[in-house]
Amino acid sequence: MSTPNLKIEDLHVAIDDKEIIKGLSFEINGGEIHAVMGPNGTGKSTLSAALMGHPKYEVTGGKAFFNGEDLLEMDVDERAKAGLFLAMQYPSEVSGITNADFLRSAINAKREEGDEISLMKFIRELDKKMEVLEMDSSFAHRYLNEGFSGGEKKRNEILQLMMLEPKIAILDEIDSGLDIDALKIVAKGVNEMRSPDFGCLIITHYQRLLNYIKPDKVHVMMQGRIVKSGGPELAERLEAEGYDWIKEELGIEDETVGQEA
Amino acid sequence: MSVDTSFKFDKDYVSKFSSERQEPSWLAELRLQALEQAQSLPMPKPEKTKIDNWNFTEFKHEVSGNKQVAFHELPEAIRELIGKEEEAGSVLVIRNGAVAYHSVTEELKDKGVIFTDFATAVREHGDLVRNYFMKDAVHVDEHRLTALHAALVSSGAFVYVPKNVEVDIPIQAIYFNDDGETGIFNHVLIVTEDNSSVTYVENYLSTNDESPSVANIVSEVFAGAGAKVIYGAVDNFAKGMTTYVNRRGRAARDGRIEWALGQLNDGNTISDNTTHLVGDGSYTDKKTVSIGRGDQKQNFVAHAIHYGKHSESYILTHGVMKDTASSIFNGIAKIEHGATKSNGEQTERVLMLSEKARGDANPILLIDEDDVTAGHAASVGTIDPIQLFYLMSRGISKTEAERLIIHGFLAPVVGEIPLESVKSRLIEVIERKVK
Ligand SMILES: Nc1ncnc2c1ncn2[C@@H]1O[C@H](COP(=O)(O)OP(=O)(O)O)[C@@H](O)[C@H]1O
Ligand SMILES: [Mg+2]
Repeated sequence: MSTPNLKIEDLHVAIDDKEIIKGLSFEINGGEIHAVMGPNGTGKSTLSAALMGHPKYEVTGGKAFFNGEDLLEMDVDERAKAGLFLAMQYPSEVSGITNADFLRSAINAKREEGDEISLMKFIRELDKKMEVLEMDSSFAHRYLNEGFSGGEKKRNEILQLMMLEPKIAILDEIDSGLDIDALKIVAKGVNEMRSPDFGCLIITHYQRLLNYIKPDKVHVMMQGRIVKSGGPELAERLEAEGYDWIKEELGIEDETVGQEA
Repeated sequence: MSVDTSFKFDKDYVSKFSSERQEPSWLAELRLQALEQAQSLPMPKPEKTKIDNWNFTEFKHEVSGNKQVAFHELPEAIRELIGKEEEAGSVLVIRNGAVAYHSVTEELKDKGVIFTDFATAVREHGDLVRNYFMKDAVHVDEHRLTALHAALVSSGAFVYVPKNVEVDIPIQAIYFNDDGETGIFNHVLIVTEDNSSVTYVENYLSTNDESPSVANIVSEVFAGAGAKVIYGAVDNFAKGMTTYVNRRGRAARDGRIEWALGQLNDGNTISDNTTHLVGDGSYTDKKTVSIGRGDQKQNFVAHAIHYGKHSESYILTHGVMKDTASSIFNGIAKIEHGATKSNGEQTERVLMLSEKARGDANPILLIDEDDVTAGHAASVGTIDPIQLFYLMSRGISKTEAERLIIHGFLAPVVGEIPLESVKSRLIEVIERKVK
């Protein structure tokens, strides 16, 4: 199996006819962990949603390839089946479907008919992964995200990540709303996934999470573009000094999308 | 409105039909009188649904086939509904209007419980039937269809539970038409004396996808003082069947009637489920799910009328509308003057799967008494595209994601249904209908 690869070239994304992502290029391979950092409103969630195929986000230009195939041509479920995963900043709640039933449907969706995961094996895997994430087993039988606290939803996203074993995962602010203990647990889950067959894009605006998941590369996003890239030391400097020095360096007054002159 | 063709059944036909079945004279007379009333009475007027062009006239009335068969000779579809013969308990199967299979457990017989088909009931328990048949619950002269029902009733079931008798295992009836033309004129009469209890489950099925026929069904349920009736039904007639179904209950003091109805016909349907809470402390609970597909039109009424003090009603309706189907859901809680301390609650939710479908949820509270509590909630919505995106982002196909969301939508009702057999049958039929 070849190394997973996600490659984006000059991507433009609009929502309600307003351009949010304005020519963004970037590449990630299996075995790598990249962090995308940036203040609120700079287009980080827009980028991740567009890559997954969210219906409200329209790609107006550029290209994206997943393992060499045209990602933008694929339906949302095809992207997932190809091995892309998005842990969402605000996961949906779906009433009436248990977490376990949902996960089993998702696992079986990737398998051939007649080769569905056995119930025993599924339960074993689920138990194991919920233990890593220190989730109470009752969560398996609760309706999908319904009534979950912010932190519980985040853990549930990571549970799905671990159960579905994608090739490339985008984690959109998986750290927001987590206390330090929960943060460590989520990091433990992600670190368990680390392998040459798994690449991960961590979107965050704090450096905190990166203390527990060491990134290979760090990108800073402003005004719908990647404005600076570097190694882990870039994240540390951002934590210590904030974003102002980058704005000064690049002559940016307002880093959010749509405010620039 | 054209009425001419309604009356291919004349007095001679009805008299002959009655006498061939050796019916008591009171019923023969009631039929003839009803036939006459049918000619002058208007059709029912379901709120917001036009039924002028519905087929209520084209069907075969003579029942076909009249021999009982051994369990293993029943069609497989029917055996599946019943389960294993030795665990089946008390079952009545009526096929094309005639009894095809009937078993009653020794325990029921010993307790004095009657469970038999309608024709046998009027012959063998005529006086009991006469006390209740279309008297206090459903009246012959409500409209043309009730009158026609009385004139032409041909099958159904009678359940009688004596005082203080509790029937633990559900009683099951299956009404099955597979000759493509026989109409269903079914009357179900359930009478429970004081402090008794029973669970009755019925399945309606037909195969007339193409050929037109008519179902005209009346159920009357009487819960005595302190008695409890659980009534489960899964209606699943084929597209050719036009259905009028009226299930009505009367609960005496502290009596309870719980309805669990899967309204899953494929043809045009008028369904009225009304409970009269006559006695103080009486209670009703109605849980219904329905699915509309194709171009079918349906009108559902869930109605509770409070007369007794401290009476309670709970109505929960969830409907899913596909294709160009159209359904009206009328939920009505009426609290009469004097029914102090009563409580009426209702929730109606409709999920629209197509822009061309129509679903109206009309919760209505009619309150003539100050000292009561009541509430209602209603919503009509579509599948949330963000939910769909979320499910699909995990690799689930659009079709499967929609299926999950629909199941999730119906789960609050299906999950609450107190009978496992009704629940699993419902899930199976829902699965087929939403596909
Ligand atoms: N669904 C939406 N409708 C309208 N505007 C949106 C929507 N989502 C994002 N935006 C706008 O796009 C810009 C970037 O938002 P977002 O991608 O969420 O940024 P970030 O994740 O970096 O905080 C903001 O100006 C925001 O207002
Ligand atoms: Mg965001």
